[in-house]
Amino acid sequence: MSFRKYITVYKKFLHTSLASEFEYKTNILIDLITANLSLIGSIFLLSIFFQNNTSIGGWEFEQALIIQGIYTILNGITNTWFNPNLTEIVKHIREGTLDFVLLKPIDSQFFISLKKITPSGFLEIILGFCLLIYCIEINQINLNLSFLTLCLTTLLCSICILYSLWFFISTTTIWFIKTWNATEVLRSFLYIGRFPLNSFSFSLRIFFSVFIPIAFITTIPSEVFLGLSQLWKIFLEVIVAVVFLFSSRKFWLFALRFYSSASS
Amino acid sequence: MKTNLICRKLYTLLKVQYSNMLEYRMEIALWAISGVIPFFMLNIWTNNGLNESINISDVMLSRYFLCAFFVRQFSVVWVVFSFEEDSLMGRVSPYLIQPLNPFFRYFAQHLAEQITRFPFAIIIAFFFFMFNQESIWIPSLGVLFLSTISTFLSFLIQFLIQSIIACLCFWTEKASSIERLLFIPTLFLSGLLAPVVTFPEYVKYWIYLTPFPYLIDFPANLLSGNATNVSGGFIMQIFWILLLFPVFKIIWSKGTKKYTAMGS
Repeated sequence: MSFRKYITVYKKFLHTSLASEFEYKTNILIDLITANLSLIGSIFLLSIFFQNNTSIGGWEFEQALIIQGIYTILNGITNTWFNPNLTEIVKHIREGTLDFVLLKPIDSQFFISLKKITPSGFLEIILGFCLLIYCIEINQINLNLSFLTLCLTTLLCSICILYSLWFFISTTTIWFIKTWNATEVLRSFLYIGRFPLNSFSFSLRIFFSVFIPIAFITTIPSEVFLGLSQLWKIFLEVIVAVVFLFSSRKFWLFALRFYSSASS
Repeated sequence: MKTNLICRKLYTLLKVQYSNMLEYRMEIALWAISGVIPFFMLNIWTNNGLNESINISDVMLSRYFLCAFFVRQFSVVWVVFSFEEDSLMGRVSPYLIQPLNPFFRYFAQHLAEQITRFPFAIIIAFFFFMFNQESIWIPSLGVLFLSTISTFLSFLIQFLIQSIIACLCFWTEKASSIERLLFIPTLFLSGLLAPVVTFPEYVKYWIYLTPFPYLIDFPANLLSGNATNVSGGFIMQIFWILLLFPVFKIIWSKGTKKYTAMGS
């Protein structure tokens, strides 16, 4: 019953936010060009790295392209859902409009995380999948059902981890009021996800797998794509994703206890 | 008399904006941290020995990326976003009545922000040297002077480009998507992620005709003591400023005629 309610509410969200986004049509067009250029730029950068080397951190060019593909998909998802919504939290808290969200008879985390949608991110997701299909061809990967389910699970886990990271940082706004730039820090760190983790020095590798689990977000799904990943790594990723989702939820409920509306 | 007046106005604006920026020092610290991507890039270059083939030693490359970080810190521009918000909110109307071009206000804002940012950039550089002690060097006074000027010129170029884009707000209301489009070549071609020297020959020839390498690559090479064409770089920087300034003047006078106040 309540599940169906959420579906209907989400349909309304989609309708309203798409309607308001399509008001700026040229904007969407320009964003589409930007997404294309961005992918071309990062492949260009990668080709500079491979100019005189055959492999970086044990990854060949064709294999590193898979990481680019997965990064592009995840970046598209971030631009479509996470970025427009979670930057809105900052606004809600600063202007005190979070009150109205809390008063609504639906889950506040659901409302805050899914209210808006930016359609131009879709192209990035499509581009990422196209790149992945191309990579499957040039790396001669055999497709079968168990391979596809494994890939999808790790990709889903990455999305969960990514969402939790964004949501964590946005939640801290309740204490710090202005964390606009904290999301910018996260964004610049996530940039690292474009490259194989093994290409970094040992200390950075530790940092990016323990403190900010960027390693789990792109490298493990890419390894699964290549059939290189051990089973324990996949298990670990699932566990990390569950822990992150669960604790981000708890953290949100905990933070709400400290929320005192903006004085009006 | 007239220039004296403008100087006094600019000085007052600078003072006001500096105290304003000091209030948001935490945010500016986060901005400074979000600019550490060059260091991650450096890690990829040196950790994989990619620089051996291009004849730049580890030490010189680490100096280059440190300087790229510094130049970026002091040439970041965000006029488009401020102006877009002000114009959407209708705050531009009162600015237009004042006997001062509103862009002076934004200009002072940027300068004040750079002054606030300076200590944080120094702290980050200090940490960098702690981990890379062999790359410590002290540039001569002349070099320091020249590179400060070229960084300022790079800031001016970016400020002019963004102001021109910001003026498009008079026609389209949302101009930040054009800025995001232009950010892609700035990111990949300016030398922030890889020195322009390492680019393949067929692109290098074209890139030096665009303004991008003079934004970060040229000042960073100058400051770090890597080989670069000093007079050519300055000539190109000044050339672009002389080219962009009249464009800005024209688009500003056309735009203000087109302007209609929103709301109220």
